[in-house]
Amino acid sequence: MAKPASSRSRKPAAGTAAPAPADHNRERPADPKPYQASKEELLEFYKQMLLIRRFEERAGQLYGLGLIGGFCHLYIGQEAVAVGIQSALTPGKDSVITGYRDHGHMLAYGIDPKVIMAELTGREAGISRGKGGSMHMFSVEHKFYGGHGIVGAQVSLGTGLAFGHKYSEDGGVCVAYFGDGAANQGQVYESFNMAALWGLPIIYVIENNQYAMGTSVHRSSSEDRFYLRGESFRIPGIQVDGMDVLACRGATEEALAWIHAGKGPIILEMKTYRYRGHSMSDPAKYRSRDEVQTMRETSDPIEGIKKALADAGIKEDELKSIDAEIRKVVSEAADFAETSPEPVAGELYTDVLVEQY
Amino acid sequence: MPTMNMIQAINSALDVMLERDPDVLLFGEDIGYFGGVFRVTDGLQAKYGKNRCFDTPIAEGGIIGAAIGMGAYGLRPVAEIQFVDYILPAYDQLVSEAARLRYRSGGEFWAPITVRSPYGGGIFGGQTHSQSPEALFAHVVGLKTVIPSNPYDAKGLLISCIEDDDPVIFMEPKRIYNGPFNGKHDEALKNWAGDPSADVPEGHYTVPLGKAAIAREGKDATVLAYGTMVHVAKAGIEDSGVDAELIDLRSIVPLDIETIVASVAKTGRCVILHEATRFAGFGGELSALIQERCFWALKAPIARVAGWDTPYPHAFELDYLPGPGRLAAALVKVMED
Repeated sequence: MAKPASSRSRKPAAGTAAPAPADHNRERPADPKPYQASKEELLEFYKQMLLIRRFEERAGQLYGLGLIGGFCHLYIGQEAVAVGIQSALTPGKDSVITGYRDHGHMLAYGIDPKVIMAELTGREAGISRGKGGSMHMFSVEHKFYGGHGIVGAQVSLGTGLAFGHKYSEDGGVCVAYFGDGAANQGQVYESFNMAALWGLPIIYVIENNQYAMGTSVHRSSSEDRFYLRGESFRIPGIQVDGMDVLACRGATEEALAWIHAGKGPIILEMKTYRYRGHSMSDPAKYRSRDEVQTMRETSDPIEGIKKALADAGIKEDELKSIDAEIRKVVSEAADFAETSPEPVAGELYTDVLVEQY
Repeated sequence: MPTMNMIQAINSALDVMLERDPDVLLFGEDIGYFGGVFRVTDGLQAKYGKNRCFDTPIAEGGIIGAAIGMGAYGLRPVAEIQFVDYILPAYDQLVSEAARLRYRSGGEFWAPITVRSPYGGGIFGGQTHSQSPEALFAHVVGLKTVIPSNPYDAKGLLISCIEDDDPVIFMEPKRIYNGPFNGKHDEALKNWAGDPSADVPEGHYTVPLGKAAIAREGKDATVLAYGTMVHVAKAGIEDSGVDAELIDLRSIVPLDIETIVASVAKTGRCVILHEATRFAGFGGELSALIQERCFWALKAPIARVAGWDTPYPHAFELDYLPGPGRLAAALVKVMED
């Protein structure tokens, strides 16, 4: 591990005249620019976001049919966040950790939809061999560290992962996702303090979908501009339009540049919106149908990128063939998840410990 | 062979592991520059640098959470929680993350972390610096819990804990850091020097987890104890005049049930001794396991001697901590039952 950058080193030089205004007393990241995507990249973003949406719609159906039990938190509406951020990371080098709304992140990382869906249905072929379920999925191969059901607990783990990157000098960055609800957990701030103190390479991504279950940020958060939550720790933050995949990618580029320049952790607040309930059992009485409808009509990330695709000269037919291809992938995943076997009873006692008691 | 007290033996274990494995890291409140409140990590930062042995903010949840992330990433962190009474803010991380990561990831990730923490009474620390919460850890499937009673075991067990791939809580009996005692709480400590267990090799060796030690052989009753209470048990057995076998559990998870069963099958009587509160304490589990396995060999009900079921008192400490008198009385009673 290299010598940690101390907060002191970011103060203005001694002898500076009048104190600068509070907002400008230290270096801050530049305002990010929307990412200039190539035609191929636009198509890839479209494909990935559509895959997440169709996958989640299907998961909702399987839940309704009783094939998925317990909890199931859909990512519909938030697709641009995971897709924009993941696309900027280096596979095999950067690590990712997230909370319980994790299906979309896994799909954006290129993990096979079949093993994700099979985990939802609790099958042997599931990515956690059926023992994790919706909220608890992992992949060593993709440096995807879960999938955590305790709100906010993954933020400290991500801080430890970032420590691992720094200690082993592998050049990797950890992306730790959490929501506006988790942002009010105490250990988030313990983590911010350590990350800033030790100059850790971590992007704290606050997916602000504006509701912590049924409590709006306005009713739960005294400071609802979450990108400012790191100020007490000298961690800068950027607020991003989380419904725009190009804005998400552009902001991630800026955050990565900040970290790669050795400037320590950074926060991205992604303002986004989930169309569905918090989980499948959510009566959604805390917001109006109009509100949801307006967001769908005016800010949908997939409709948004369709405009960019049209501008780039992509024909409607090409999109239709992508749609058909994705429907097929999702159907196959659902069939696989319905038909593959449940774990054998002996699996109950495996992986409790590395060794046996 | 050098003579070491518990503090020196634990320090030596950490030194050995820092030397052998570059993935081993030590961190916690005041453990770096200051060397730890009990001086357990004294000199290690100077020897290995601030990257390997460093101070953290006072943030137990964050310390353990970060340790789990480091462990999942491939490092082998050893975190200190300054007093085990402070571990509760990190309990969520221990239960929901450290202990469960491997299972719910289907074996993809696990966290080879060791959490060292001084525990127990006898230093007049009052409620928040005296407790013995081992039952809170023993109940958590996926955690191991280890409690040494002497310098030799402390070093060998701690090395085993650090080398172990599972998360381990290593509870250090602070009452006997500097010396064993004759079990009488109102008398001064002896010095570890002169005790055979204070002969501690300088280099690497291990004491395996899940293997109890027979601290005293006997034929008429079995006494089960760990940590500080092993010393109380020795004195109590002498005072009672009963020829009791004393088993030092050393690790409560994994538990060496075979050694326990073999002893109780032989003696037919058993007294369990711990300083933690009695109700739902670890003694309850021991008692149930023995009853299930040795029912027909038992000649008397299993007895438990434990802390009273109250918050830890400051004023009544010498009465609260089980002493040799209470153990001797229990032994005499199981012989009469």
